[in-house]
This record gives sequence, C-alpha cells and structure tokens, in this order.
Amino acid sequence: MTRAVGRNVVRKDGAAKAAGTALYVDDLTRPGMLHARTVRSAIPCGAITSLRLAFDTAGFTIVSARDVPGRNVVPLITDDQPCLADGRVAHAAEPILLLAHEDRERLLQARVEIGYRPEEPVFDAGRSGRVFKHVAIAKGDIEAGLAEADLVIEGEYRTGHQEHLYIEPNGMLAIPEGGGVTVVGSLQCPYYVHRALTVLLGLPDDKVRVVQAETGGGFGGKEEYPSMIAGHACLLALKSGRPVKLVYDRVEDMLATTKRHPSVVRHRTGVTRDGRITAMDIDVLMDGGAYCTLSPVVLSRGCLHATGPYRCDHVRVDGRVVMTNTPPNGAFRGFGAPQTLFAVEAHMDRIAGELGMDPLRLREMNALRPGDTTATGQVLGLDTAALEVLRAAAARSGYRRKRRAYRGTNRGIGLSLFFHGAGFTGSGEVKLQSRASLELTPSGVRVLVASTDIGQGQRTVHAQIVADTLGIPYDAVEVAVADTARVPDSGPTVASRTTMVVGGLLRQCAAEMKQRLGRLTPAAYLRAHGPLTVTRQYEPPPGLVWDDDTYQGSAYGSFGWACDVIEVERDPVTEEIRPTRVTTAQDIGRAIFPLGVRGQIEGGTAQGLGYALTEEVILREGAMANAQLTNYIVPTTLDTPPIDVVLVEKPYRHGPFGAKGVGEMPFDGVAPAVVNAIRSLGIDVREVPATPERVMAAPRLRESGFGIRDSSVTLRRRQLTVARRPGARRR
Amino acid sequence: MRTAISPLVLLQPRSLRDALRMLREEGPLAPLAGCTDLYVGLNVGVLPGQRFLNIWGLDALRGIEVRGDVLRIGALTTYSDIIRSADVRRRLPMLAAAAREIGAVQIQNRGTIGGNIANASPAGDTLPVLAAADALVELRGVEWTRKVPFTDFYTGYRASVRRPDELVTAIEVPRVEGRQWFRKVGTRAAQSISKVVMAGVRAEPPRIALGSVAPTVVRARRTEDALASGGTLAEAQRILQTEISPIDDIRSTAAYRREVAARLLAQFWAATS
Amino acid sequence: MSGILRPITFVLNGKRTSLRVHPLRRLLDVLREDCGLTGTKEGCGEGECGACTVLVDGRAVNSCLVPVAQAAGTKVVTIEGLRGRHPLQRAFAEHGGAQCGICTPGMIMAAAALGPRPRLEEVRTGLAGNICRCTGYEGIYRAIQKQEARSKKQEAKRQRPAPTPSPQSPVPAGRRKRR
Repeated sequence: MTRAVGRNVVRKDGAAKAAGTALYVDDLTRPGMLHARTVRSAIPCGAITSLRLAFDTAGFTIVSARDVPGRNVVPLITDDQPCLADGRVAHAAEPILLLAHEDRERLLQARVEIGYRPEEPVFDAGRSGRVFKHVAIAKGDIEAGLAEADLVIEGEYRTGHQEHLYIEPNGMLAIPEGGGVTVVGSLQCPYYVHRALTVLLGLPDDKVRVVQAETGGGFGGKEEYPSMIAGHACLLALKSGRPVKLVYDRVEDMLATTKRHPSVVRHRTGVTRDGRITAMDIDVLMDGGAYCTLSPVVLSRGCLHATGPYRCDHVRVDGRVVMTNTPPNGAFRGFGAPQTLFAVEAHMDRIAGELGMDPLRLREMNALRPGDTTATGQVLGLDTAALEVLRAAAARSGYRRKRRAYRGTNRGIGLSLFFHGAGFTGSGEVKLQSRASLELTPSGVRVLVASTDIGQGQRTVHAQIVADTLGIPYDAVEVAVADTARVPDSGPTVASRTTMVVGGLLRQCAAEMKQRLGRLTPAAYLRAHGPLTVTRQYEPPPGLVWDDDTYQGSAYGSFGWACDVIEVERDPVTEEIRPTRVTTAQDIGRAIFPLGVRGQIEGGTAQGLGYALTEEVILREGAMANAQLTNYIVPTTLDTPPIDVVLVEKPYRHGPFGAKGVGEMPFDGVAPAVVNAIRSLGIDVREVPATPERVMAAPRLRESGFGIRDSSVTLRRRQLTVARRPGARRR
Repeated sequence: MRTAISPLVLLQPRSLRDALRMLREEGPLAPLAGCTDLYVGLNVGVLPGQRFLNIWGLDALRGIEVRGDVLRIGALTTYSDIIRSADVRRRLPMLAAAAREIGAVQIQNRGTIGGNIANASPAGDTLPVLAAADALVELRGVEWTRKVPFTDFYTGYRASVRRPDELVTAIEVPRVEGRQWFRKVGTRAAQSISKVVMAGVRAEPPRIALGSVAPTVVRARRTEDALASGGTLAEAQRILQTEISPIDDIRSTAAYRREVAARLLAQFWAATS
Repeated sequence: MSGILRPITFVLNGKRTSLRVHPLRRLLDVLREDCGLTGTKEGCGEGECGACTVLVDGRAVNSCLVPVAQAAGTKVVTIEGLRGRHPLQRAFAEHGGAQCGICTPGMIMAAAALGPRPRLEEVRTGLAGNICRCTGYEGIYRAIQKQEARSKKQEAKRQRPAPTPSPQSPVPAGRRKRR
C-alpha cells in the first residue's frame, strides 16, 4: 500500500474548491434570514452623548450594549474589550449598534445619528501611558558583555501595521435553535468563539454550537476577531428569533478588524572585531491598539525571537506593548517574531558592514548550534538546522558570487537567517489541554479535531498522518467539519501547531486504534464490537520546563530554521525596488504534504514581500484612510518573483513523523532580506514597507572596502581601529 | 455593496440618437459605459446621482478606423480593443502602451477610452497620451457634432466642457510625427492607480503631457518650448516643476512626484534622442 | 422607462436564462442570489481582486462591476459552467493551485480565458487581475502548466480518484431570496 506521508496526495478539499462548490459563509442561507449591519464609531476616543435612530424602525432588530444577556466583553486574555461600546469608544470603527432587517436595501438606508464628546486620543505608542504587558529576558551580564566588545553598534528599526487581506472577508451566520444558538462562519478557532459566546450570551456550553464554514484565508486575522463578529450575529439572532447573516465588505473589514502590531525595536550590540557577538541589548516596543486582545502573547513571542538565531552569552531584552486609540491589533502570521527578526537581521548586516565582514560569514560564526543555549537558557537539540539552511540557501542562490557581481549596479542581494518556535510558548500547550479523537467508520476512520483548514492543508495532513499510522489508504480517512457539537477542543489553529501538536495527538490516537483493531477491518470491528472512538489529550514532551515569571527555560518544544536570499533590482528613475528572485532554505522537520509545505513557503514569502515593500496602513485620526483594495497594495502576479524553495528536513523527535511547524516561519525572514538587499545597493533603509518614497529619501551609504559603513556606530574606548584602504578586499 | 439599488433608474436607449434625446429631455443622466469606475462608487456607497443612461450597447460608438491622416477611435472602444488594434499599434503605440498598464485583463475588457475621457480623473492613464497627441474629442448632441481640442477639454478638477446633453462619441488623433514615449509610475506592476504618468512625442517642438500631478492632465508647454529652443535638460526640468502641482495623498507624496516627473522627463529625452 | 424590474435575458452556462431583476444590480449578485450560483465570489467589490471573474462572450470581466442590464444578450460562463471537468480544475486541485480556495473560481475563469497552452509570461499578465493571498502564485503556475488536454475517450478511460467527502455544512445552501 502506498504511504501517504511525504507524498503529494490529492488534497481533501481540492476538487470542491476548484469546482466552486465549497461553501463559504456568504454562500449559505436559511429561510427567514435577516441581513445585518454594524454601526461604528466615527471618532477615535471619547464619550457617546447621543444616539438617534433617524429612520422608520419597523421590521428592524436593533441591538446595543444594553441588550447583552451575559457579559458585554470579548473574552481573551484580559476581558477589557467590550463586544459593543457602552457609553464611550476607544478607537475609530469601534462597534456601537447592530441592525438587522430582511430587506438589505432598508438596512443600507437606515440612518443612525450619533453624538460624541471627543477626548484627546493617543496615537503615538512611544508616548502611551498604558502598558498592556511588559516582558524582560535576561541572560548573563549585559554590561560585562558590552565591556567585552570591540565595537558597539546601535540601531533602531521600525515596522508598520499590516492587513491580512484574506480574500474572503469576515462573516458569520447565526441561527437561534435548540434553546441556544448555532453559528457557522469564517474562522480559525471554533472553541475560542464558543467560549466567547457562552460568556457574552450567558448560555451554558451545550447551548452554543460553533461550526466552521469553508474559510477563505485567515493568517491569524480569523483567530480572535471571529469571536467579535459571531457575538454580534448571535445577539441579533437571539433578539429577533431569526437566522442572521453578518458579512463584512472589504472596506469594513479593513477599517474594523485586527492588524499586525507595529513595532519599534532598538538594538545595542557588542561584537569583537572578528565578528563574535558578545552582548545583545534589545528594546522592543509594540503598538497594541485600543484593547489588550492577544498583545501580551505577541510581545512574548517577539521578545523570545528578538535575538535572532544566534548564540550570545549576555542578553537583555526589554519589551512593552502599549495602548493607542487605534483599532486593536491582533494575531498575524509570525505573531511578533517578524517584527523582532526584521530588526535583528537588518542590524546584523549593519554590523557586518561596520566590521568589513561578509554578512554570510558573520552569521555562520554566530548561528546557534545543537547544544547551544538560547537567551532563555533552552539547550537546543539535534534538530537545530541554522547552519544547514544558511549554507543551503547561500549555495543555491550563489549569494557570494552575486554579491560581488552586483557591486556598483542597480542589482542587490540580501540574506536573512531566522527561526520560529513551533507551538504555543512555554506552558501554553499544557494549559490548552488539547484533545483529538478518531472515530471508526464502516470504511475507515473519521478525524475529529477542532483544527480548521484555512488553506494550509490541515485536512490533508491530518488524514495522511492517520492513514499511515493506521496502515489504511489515505482515501479511507475522512476529516469531519470542525463543529463544537462533534469535535473535541484541539486548541486553536494558530502558532504553527496544527501539524506538530494536533497531528501528534492524532498519531497517538491512530496508534491506539490500530492496536484495538488488531486484524479486523473497520467494518468487521464495528460488527463485532460496536462503535469505537479513541481520544488523546496533549502531554508535553519530557523535560520541557518553562517559567512564565522569569522567562527562563524551554520556550518551545522545537524550532524551525530558515534562510532567505532575496535579489532585487532598483529602478533609478522611480526608486522602485523590484524583487527578482527569492531563494529560501527551510527546515520544517518533515514534509508530510510536500506540495502543502511548498505552498506555505511560497505564499508566506509573497506575503512577506508585500510587508517589505508595498503594504502600508495609512492612519488618519486613528482610522485607516486607505481601506480599499485599490489603495492597500498587495502583490499581484507581476509583482511576485520566482520563489526557489529548498526543503531541509531535520526531524523533531516529538513531532509526528518528525514534523515541526511551517505556517508562519516563511513570513518571518522576508522583510529583512529585502532590506539587506537594498542595503547592498548602498541605501540605508531601516523601516518597512520600503516604499519608493522611503527609498528615495533614505540616506546613501558610502562604501569603504568590502563593507558598507554608516555613521551610527559607537566606538568603545578600547577598540582597535578597523581602518581599511578604499578598495581593499577582505574574504 | 453599500448602495440601495431600488431608487436608482437606468434608461435603455435603442440608438445613439435615442440616447442623445434622453440626455436632453430626461436628464440629468450619468452615462454608463464599462462601469469600471462608476461601479466602484456604487459598491462603496458614493455613487453620484441616481439616474443613469446605459450606452454600453451603442455599437455606433465602437470601432477603430484610419481615415487618411486621422486615427478615429470610437468612445466605447475598450482597452483590450486598443491593445489588439494593428492601427493603434502602428499610428499611436503610446496609446496601446497606456492601455496595457490600465488595471488588468478584466478591467481592460470593460473599460473604455470614452469613459477615461469623460470620467475626467486627474490620474486617467490615456489622458496624457491624447494630450501629447493633440487629439480632438468628438462630442455629439441631438442636433450637433462638435470637436474640441483635447487640451481644451478639461476646465478644472473632474470638470470638462462636455454639456450634460452631450456624449463623448469618438477621439480623433492626427498623424503623429516623431517617436512616441509613455511611462506610468504606479503603486505596483498591475492594478494600480498612477502616481505620475507621462506621455511624450519627440518632434520639433516636442510634446509632453503628464497626469496625476495636477487637478487635470497637464500639457507642459513651457517645458516643451525650453527644450525646443535648445535649453538644457536641467533647465527644462526646472521649468517643468512650475507647470505641475502634485499633492500628498494616500498613494504618494508631492516631493516624490516632483522628483519622478523630472526624472521621467530625462528618461523620455534620452530614450527618444 | 424607469428602473422598474424588467426581464433581462442572457445565456448562462449554455442555458438561456431570463430574469426579472433591477437592471442596475450587479451581475455578481444576480448570479449568486437569483441564479443560486455561489461559485463566483466577492472579495473586494472594486474590481481589484478578480475573485468575481466570469466570462462574458469569452472575455474575463469582474462581475462586481457589471450591471446585469449590460449582460443582456451575452453568453455568460461561470465556474459552474465548467462542471468540474475542465482540465484546469483537476490541475488546480492536484498541483497546489488552490489553498483556501476563495480566489480559485475567479482564477480558473481567468486562466480558462488564456487558452490551452499559455506561456508563463502570458499567464502572469493574464492573471495580474486575480489576487491570491495564499499561494504566492507559484502553485497556480504549476497547475496551469500541468493541466492536461484530454479527449473524450481519455476522460472515460481515466480512473477517477475515490470521491473525497466534501465538508458538510449543517446549513443547506439555498437560493437566496432576492431582498
């Protein structure tokens, strides 16, 4: 029998998607269904002083904060975010009132007049007085480390908001039934929504049912936000007693839903003159928007990746995520790591320039190796592949040769080395207590998990793992719809955990089921013994110890490792930077579904190119001014270069068939590689997106020998000068 | 979709004559051709007006032909038609170049040159081409036909000499002597609104027109004169700055547009010498 | 004549169709709601993303920008009109052309308009109006390159893969009532 793992099986949902028969939430209807609309704040901060319904309200269902049966919150980490504004608003586009009507035209024409007393908003994260979370990581003695250095190099790096731009906007269909409510919609985490609804609606667990419809992209943008829109749809459904469909158009989705956290990251790095990093002192500031949402965890992951994939004995990371009166930011592929990896990797090329050193060599020297300890004291295992991916990408791309060949031309080449911890940080997976089940069917088995396929191929990968473990054909494995009435809580579909953690649970289920089946076929077993369902709950791998208070220990069970080499061409007339080729080597442990892994790497890379070059959220008075697809610039086919992928497999002992995570890592390293390519052109960019306007205004670097020098370097007293003759070559 | 449809009215003329009569007697009516701009307004809820005239079916307004020295393009000619036309490629290649950079295939199959002209956006990508080509806009009312020099057609931001009871029916381009040049600087490689767009003809004197750098398309006559009278490129670039008035907006900045306009002038001059 | 509902007739997926609809409704909405063909998707309502692409008289257009009145007398083909049997559909499903699938119907319609053996440059230009956020486009190029031309005989002979259960929604897809 052909094995499924490692083979390009036909993805479970491919035919339906290609036929146009897969059902997304806006494709669904119910008899008696009402359409819904959300009335939102026009100001970024202040009190609501009046609200007037300037329309004929006959036939309308109207819901405000007063109608919330349970608690008016969207519960997450701290319950500070109201589901509907109650007397005051903290950001533009904050939801205030919900309307439903069966006639969409009357819904559109309903005019609501709201009076405000505006208050002074905070837009500058640097000046915010309210800190959602503070993280401190310390290793060794930072001052001693800096004292050891020959050079101390400082830098400040900035990243902006990013909009997920899933092609399917957010949407929910809420159906009052069974004394409670069923909600079907576009989402990543059915149990997050379930929990949020029990709190909001004051309903017991068994009266709320959440079902995932086919979901047209998520990228984290449908991790926590669906709890809000589902809450709105349910409030209307329960008040009206009718099914309610609430689907955003693109403008509303961009205005109102979460974005990637902007960041300002400052580095102060000590290096010896031959390139060894002695100290990393890093300050991380992230803008959380108006409410806490997932900001503490985004900051946490950002801080845990802030040192990059490098060894260093003396580390200090100080991170804050703060409040501003802008729409709350949230989960987005990478989840804090892209911001801090951008900073450290752009900083590394500046360090290389100062030392007159080849950026590749600098990374080779300092890259983490098996047995090294991270900033939190985690000892890295044999699956640490930093050097492998670095060398693979450099060789495949011809990095050194091209760097020489491109000197003095309008072509640039840059690299980034990065890593991504798979699964929830530290004790997160233990707290989730994820479960997965397998149910015997007459022809095979059915996978019952709360994981959702949002395009990444979850159904396919889970089926492959189960098929091979059980020794049955891939086609005999069915994957159930993620429906909280049917599936156990496997935790959210986030954090690159779906293959590694949930797939791992399914492997255990399948192993047990195989034992129970013995020599019987599923049909024979059912005849002889009746139904069979096997359930397993997460247990951490042995030896994984983490302290949330001191930020010490093993932050992640396993890390993925990757290296991007990106070539660009600069247009001297327009200063447009056009990416011409991406070469990337990525270690993902084991490629269960190679086509899927490639797809995630290629897609994450393209999304990263948008982040690096063109995607900018322009805020005016705390609201997105370019909330139309015409004006939020994502890459088309003509903006995306060939992407050459080298898969490296350094299996993780505790991952199913050795698999680690893959969903997020491909995004992490793109922006710094692009900026480093721009740097190789002699242009000093330290902020993304590196739009043509920014590139035009950026300082030009003067060349000195091999390296490219700039002036923001602190020289230590005891430093030996690193003087070079112009034109002199090193390496 | 943010516009309530039921209050809207669409008139369906049977002929061009019928359409012109409706414009005169049953106005105000906004003509609907390919809808690639008007329907964006409909979707977003900012559609101006409530009464529309469907001219998409008026085949009398389609067609590209060469009449002696004149290239005549019907107002309902789509960008795809323009791209495919051997006559356009031969006579007015800079128009085909512009058409290829508008939107993408789906937009090109529906957007029309008449719509680009009548819509009067400062960023219309065919407009600098028509200005540099010294085209004529043909306007028709029930009882008249008139031709207006393209460079006299616009009177201000989104305003033109077209009367409410007229339709743009064709554009006529006299023979263009000299090498033609076109460049659009957009927000990305396709599906983009221009930040700066320029068309040029290297003739004696040269003809240079720009879009997205002023409330209407600009024919840079003083710049042309400077170059024609043997001035340096640097001098011409300086004069160009006095003929354009770009702004900061959500796509770009005035400073960027000024710098790029100057560089485009240099690129045009070098490429066509 | 005013904007009251009047019959608009066109050929839809090979079948003559007559609907009494407001002439300014978007073709996209008429297809999805009145005709029950939900395969064509709305991603932006601005003609930027191409998820709503259908063929009108063989040409790819954004159905979110077409008043249904202008479809009168034309031949409209949607993803449903390919009946799951177009070589592109199989290729997209098998070679990574589809991940989340929301752009896929529009992408396939735009690709179908390119003809049977397009070169990569033609594909990139022809699909520049279709935005995919999942694939980075590479999987789409692979799928288009790998699509096989099949004769009717080959179609009959080829063994189909075992039907994969499509996700079942507890909520039946219905034809949406207008208004």
